[in-house]
Amino acid sequence: MTDPTAAFRFGHGLPLPRGAASTPQAMLAALFGPDQAASTYPAPGMAEVLPAFQLVRETNAALQDAPDDRAAKKANRRARRASSLLALAGAKAALARAVSSRDGLRERLASFWGDHFTTVGRAPVLKPFPTALMEDAIRPNLTGSFADLLSAVVLHPAMLTYLDQASSIGPGSRRGTRRQQGLNENLARELLELHTLGVGAPYGQDDVRQMAELLTGLTFVPDRGFAFDPARAEPGPETVLGVTYDGKGVEPIRRALTDLSRRPETARHIARKLAVHFVSDMPEDSLVAAMEARWLDTDGDLLAVTEALLTHPAAWVPTAEKARQPFDFLAASLRALDFSGTRIMAGAPDVFTRLALTPMQTMGQPFQSAQGPDGWPEETRVWITPQRLAARISWAMEVPGKLVTPLPDPVAFATYALGSRASERLIWAAARAESRREGVGLVLSSPEFNRR
Amino acid sequence: MDRIALSRRRLLRGALLMGCSAAAHPLMTTLTLAAGQAGLGENRLIVIILRGAMDGLDVLRPVGDPVFASLRPQIMSTPGLPLDGFFELHPGLSGLAPLWDAGELGFAHATSTPYRDKRSHFDGQDMLEAGTGMDVPLASVRDGWLNRMLQSVPGLSAETAYAIGRDAISTLDGTAPVRNWAPDQHLLLSAQGRLLLDHIYHDDAMFRETAEEAFALTEFEISGTPAAAKGTPAPGPAQKLADIDQLVDFAASRLIGQTRIAAFSMTGWDTHRVQARDILRPLSRLERSIVRMKEALGAGVWGRTTLLALTEFGRTVRENGSQGTDHGTAGAMLMAGGAIRGGRVLGRWPGLAEADLYDRRDLLPTSDVRSYAAHALRGLYGLDTALLEKTIFPGLQMGPDPGVLL
Repeated sequence: MTDPTAAFRFGHGLPLPRGAASTPQAMLAALFGPDQAASTYPAPGMAEVLPAFQLVRETNAALQDAPDDRAAKKANRRARRASSLLALAGAKAALARAVSSRDGLRERLASFWGDHFTTVGRAPVLKPFPTALMEDAIRPNLTGSFADLLSAVVLHPAMLTYLDQASSIGPGSRRGTRRQQGLNENLARELLELHTLGVGAPYGQDDVRQMAELLTGLTFVPDRGFAFDPARAEPGPETVLGVTYDGKGVEPIRRALTDLSRRPETARHIARKLAVHFVSDMPEDSLVAAMEARWLDTDGDLLAVTEALLTHPAAWVPTAEKARQPFDFLAASLRALDFSGTRIMAGAPDVFTRLALTPMQTMGQPFQSAQGPDGWPEETRVWITPQRLAARISWAMEVPGKLVTPLPDPVAFATYALGSRASERLIWAAARAESRREGVGLVLSSPEFNRR
Repeated sequence: MDRIALSRRRLLRGALLMGCSAAAHPLMTTLTLAAGQAGLGENRLIVIILRGAMDGLDVLRPVGDPVFASLRPQIMSTPGLPLDGFFELHPGLSGLAPLWDAGELGFAHATSTPYRDKRSHFDGQDMLEAGTGMDVPLASVRDGWLNRMLQSVPGLSAETAYAIGRDAISTLDGTAPVRNWAPDQHLLLSAQGRLLLDHIYHDDAMFRETAEEAFALTEFEISGTPAAAKGTPAPGPAQKLADIDQLVDFAASRLIGQTRIAAFSMTGWDTHRVQARDILRPLSRLERSIVRMKEALGAGVWGRTTLLALTEFGRTVRENGSQGTDHGTAGAMLMAGGAIRGGRVLGRWPGLAEADLYDRRDLLPTSDVRSYAAHALRGLYGLDTALLEKTIFPGLQMGPDPGVLL
């Protein structure tokens, strides 16, 4: 029986789909290749999301002009429905890819970066934005330089709206002086604290302020999407961490982002975060150091940093101390049940919501709705609490029977889902369950299935 | 100091908790411990963590300060309720006015944790919940101040303290056993399924103990919930407050029983944009939670209850360019309950003239918010000053008693 560490730690579990990579070199080769899961299970980027967003705005305005017009009401309802279906399509595609992809590492990395660059659609019409960020900015940049990934994210409407950049105006800009509007520091602060340097790094309020001034001009215009608006841009040079940035438009912002991406604090912060996410809440120093060194050697080449992770011996010690987060728990459960990505994509919206989205929320991880821009916590203890574990057990006992008929033999299922990780205790218990339903539920509730 | 580790406090804490949970979590025995919480007596403490940085200057408006009105031309459109001639209460909390009149609602203003300058929600909340100061690297803190309080009192059971809801409450994290539950969770299993689950969890302390707790909670009969709390129709948009009602009713049912400490959190305070609109929802939820708590606890228990609502920091004194406010420093703390001496705003007012501000942008803290909590703990549970200043809130100087309690 093969070691399931690759499937658990760098993928969404067993069984590995046919043709799936399981050695570091094959995993890296697949990652460097085309994004097949995205073509098989497409999700909407901004090109689809923006027209739907505009339609909601237009029909909102029309409804405001004629509140009692039945046609206007209907058009507005339709537009809002179309927008919410786009958000749902994003959730379905994410789960379908995780369940069926042969390239599990790509899915796990995409989730990692989606969490590192957390965005939340706080208004209903903004709900599809985090998926658009994933499609437009994150997935195309998993193996390039971190500077490219960072620029793509910071300039994306999802981030510009989530962290209020779209309402930040340089106090000395044309618009700022005319309308007495001003700066909003939110994105600048999280850019330094969360996205790059890390909160312990030696930067101060002045750097935040200057970064906020440098970012002015970046905005989201409903008619066009991303835009650089010179009328909002604070004139004059800005100095962040001792480097002065001058010039017009997006170019000096890109330069600052590139500089930030190469800072040693950034390398250390993200190397450690990757090691913590994939391997251990207390990763070995040598693992973090190896990734950090590769980051600095390559100016943040993400394929090289991923290689440093996968080729380090510490990455393959099967400690299973971390908890599968709820999204991973659902994906791994569906995969073990042979429930295909195609069936997920075909699921009716209310069924998908009832069997996947609502359970994720009760397990503590509402899809694309982290509490703050720092994303989901990593510690096992946070995920395995009485109510969250109860939610996992309830799902494991109740949902598989609604999806798969007949349910598999629980003893065979234990090995199918866990390989060599299935404990004797679990196999003993699976054989003694009163029903297949509870036997399968026990396997999915087991510590070895919920740890990785 | 390991600078990167600063942001890794939660991870370290998680790992450490995992390592020591078997020893520190004797759940089977605590479940069967005798009732009487001898160590804590009859007084109840409720802590609400207001996540996102509540704007104390909007909630408790210093209209008597000559500069105030000019700082916020856009966001103070609706008039407040006059309280003491200097401060007005945000109209979104008008339902609490009867409590103010009865001396069951009070505030401390211009107060903050020791957290300064970076103005990060996450570090600010970590420090608020850790109860430590800037001299202690957050990475080295493994527990919250309420948990350290519990650790210092012998003979308590896990039932003594509850973290309620689906959000983690690190104020209660630590080696002293506490309970944690979201009141809307169910867990249905056959008797045989339950036994087999015990079997597969046997060798994994975290899963074993967590499942024991979950079963104990779903099987506990919720006793003592007063009829008033069950059947009262909620005023206003009831369905939007249903989750608050459920949470508060669960908390009340525990507090009426053996629980003495309950903590939960409420979000929505990060009002960077259109604050006049966006602060209404969190205010209505806060108001509802307090009104409902009083009703659900009944006069007897409410009379022994102190409720503290704390936030990680205040917000800028000037409104920003988006009719909102940005992260600041000092703010306000809310106190409620039949055990407090309310109808007053505690604290020295520093003024809002530019020279009086912190960093020329924020309300200047004139007190450490931990000192109010510490005086409350001393008054409620008879804890001594040395324990409070050295262990529960390391580095705190409590100063003279501001008279939080009756």
